[in-house]
Amino acid sequence: MKASRRFLALFGSALMVGAAGCGKPAALAAQPLRVWHWMTDREAAFDELAKRYQQETGTRVRFELYAPSDIYVQKVRAAAQTDGLPEVYGVLGELRDLASFINAGHVLPLEAAMSANGNAWRSIFFPKALEVNTFARENPYGVAPGIYGVPLDVMNVQLFYNKPLLAKLGFDPNQPPDTWEAFLDAGRRAAAERLIGFVSGWAELWLIDCFATDYAIHEMGVKKVEATYRGKVPYTDPDWVRVLGRFAELRDSGMLAEGIVTIGNKRAEQLFANGQALFTFNGTWGVNVYQSMNPDLEYGVVMPPRTDPKRPMVTWGGAGSSFFVNAKSPRRDEAIAFLTWLTAEPQQRYLTEATQNIPANRAAAADLPGPLAAFADDMDQTVHPRLFSVQEESTVIEAFDKGIQSILIGEQTPEEVAARVQQTKQHEARQRAARAARQEQGHVVD
Amino acid sequence: MSSTERRAIAPYLFFLPALVLFLTFSVYPFYLLTHTSLFEWDGISLAKSFVGFSNYWNVLAHDPVFWTSFSQAGYITLLALTLQNALALLLAIAVNRRLAGGTFYRTVFFLPPILSEIVVGLVWFWIYDGNFGILNEALTHLGLSDFARAWLADRNTALTAVAIIHMWKGFGWGFVIFLAGLQTIPEQLYEAARVDGAGAWLRFRHITLPLLVPVCVVVSILTILGTMQIFALIIATTGGGPGYHTEVPITRIFHSMLGTSRFGYACAQGIVFGLILLVFSLVQMRFQRRAV
Repeated sequence: MKASRRFLALFGSALMVGAAGCGKPAALAAQPLRVWHWMTDREAAFDELAKRYQQETGTRVRFELYAPSDIYVQKVRAAAQTDGLPEVYGVLGELRDLASFINAGHVLPLEAAMSANGNAWRSIFFPKALEVNTFARENPYGVAPGIYGVPLDVMNVQLFYNKPLLAKLGFDPNQPPDTWEAFLDAGRRAAAERLIGFVSGWAELWLIDCFATDYAIHEMGVKKVEATYRGKVPYTDPDWVRVLGRFAELRDSGMLAEGIVTIGNKRAEQLFANGQALFTFNGTWGVNVYQSMNPDLEYGVVMPPRTDPKRPMVTWGGAGSSFFVNAKSPRRDEAIAFLTWLTAEPQQRYLTEATQNIPANRAAAADLPGPLAAFADDMDQTVHPRLFSVQEESTVIEAFDKGIQSILIGEQTPEEVAARVQQTKQHEARQRAARAARQEQGHVVD
Repeated sequence: MSSTERRAIAPYLFFLPALVLFLTFSVYPFYLLTHTSLFEWDGISLAKSFVGFSNYWNVLAHDPVFWTSFSQAGYITLLALTLQNALALLLAIAVNRRLAGGTFYRTVFFLPPILSEIVVGLVWFWIYDGNFGILNEALTHLGLSDFARAWLADRNTALTAVAIIHMWKGFGWGFVIFLAGLQTIPEQLYEAARVDGAGAWLRFRHITLPLLVPVCVVVSILTILGTMQIFALIIATTGGGPGYHTEVPITRIFHSMLGTSRFGYACAQGIVFGLILLVFSLVQMRFQRRAV
């Protein structure tokens, strides 16, 4: 009995000491500054930077990486719901997701920090990199205008091609196909040689969406795409049907990897890195991935081929990964100080060398090596749905991307998919109207 | 407090911890789930919009993909209930005959269920791969290259291919439970039947099967509940694709919640799904009780 009382007393004291200790700033400062990110291939570089930062400032930083990205999304959402976000983190998803995080008070506005000392911090970045983390004055999400995120790098998604395979098929390896027809022709020849003409991680809907968005903007322009999102142009419009038809043409050419709609991007990267595919559609990060998988791989990078030589080609990109500061963290200033250091030229140069990404810091991107330079050269031709004046409903995007999968497996025609997407769009329009009516009637609770 | 009162209270104090745990981890989450299902909420915003039963109406009347996912999960469940459990029963009967190496077989048959679904999914993905998969290679070597295909990406084979992986992974559970059930049947019954001239089939039909009915009920319910809630395997192999061909209810709920940020809608889907499973289980228990 005595022993158990003694144990209880000890346990109680330990709890009290622990509880008291938790509230002390000294104990807080002893904890490392936590940073969440999803790109595990950067782990070594991040750890090295954390070490350097501690040496320079005495502040410990711990990078915690969670992959794949959809698992990371879940983790961040769950942490937000329980107020368990770290000091610095990234938000993946659409603009409305970022807006929700901001409106819920999870993201610290950075306009003041960026503008301080005559825009000293803001001026180091590529403008496109900052734009995706900036909310304009009249945005539909009710977010206060200003900058909310710190870009770490910039990216875009392009066509990688295997030079030896292209030469083997009778093409000049330094002159990759730049028209849609030439692209299909190369793919057909690859298929005839029992090679994979084209592979991409099209089990992941976002990557299908990148490709489709590129061609939608190329074939009809941003304004018409935005008009469609606004409900002014139906998805059954001939331009949209033509964009969907491009996927049918890809399918019919025989150039697609078998089962492309269930191939994830990691598997697609393996197939291309192993020299088994002629083309792949992948982002800037691919440079680092292929380097680690097969350093001897000879490849080039080119913009997706034009279907109309008179219209400019664009590619999805602009923003790479960005960091946000947890507005609810008592260590906000430390987080800003760390991000300022992380985006300074020496650190950005180190990250570029170690991870083969295009830095968000313009000065650090001045002399990029090999394929990265090709990506950097095309940064002006990038588009990003986050920068559109209107965002499409996520259910419509899903119907569109899943519809493309249906075209790729020969289940539906472009016309059928367009009709189905339009049906979803109309349903969502009705839902939106009902939502607006509810808001007018005040059926919103906190 | 008198000793009589203390004695009356004592039993309640004993089950109080269990009650608190049950209320905290079962009743309260269920309340939250139901409450959230009446709102439109993106999972992050502080404000929720009350929509009444509109989410339920949308699930029931405007979400054909959700109901397709139900029928697809039903197809896998049907295969699991029949093929998987028949295989489990056959193997349990074989091992129960005290064959040489019975312990070895017992271990081998129980290996798949203890493997991670993600690992199993990835391994089978390599087997089914349309480009360099083992299955296609084998078919080509056998001169059956016409049958080679991307098994998980072909709309005609994707669901069955996933069902086969699920059955391969799941039959071990049924095997262990059937084996335990078989070992409770008194040997004397078989001896008496043998003396009366009953053959193997008659012994199985009139002794084994009737005495295994309670075990069959348990295995069937576990199979239905386990298969209808299949999720990780789908994520590891097809992600619900191609198109919607391998979507199941949980992948739809997951997608509503994290893909399209409709937490209220996902909760409504979850409640509809849970209620349907409950009805299934109750009906099956009733039928099988009658059979017993």
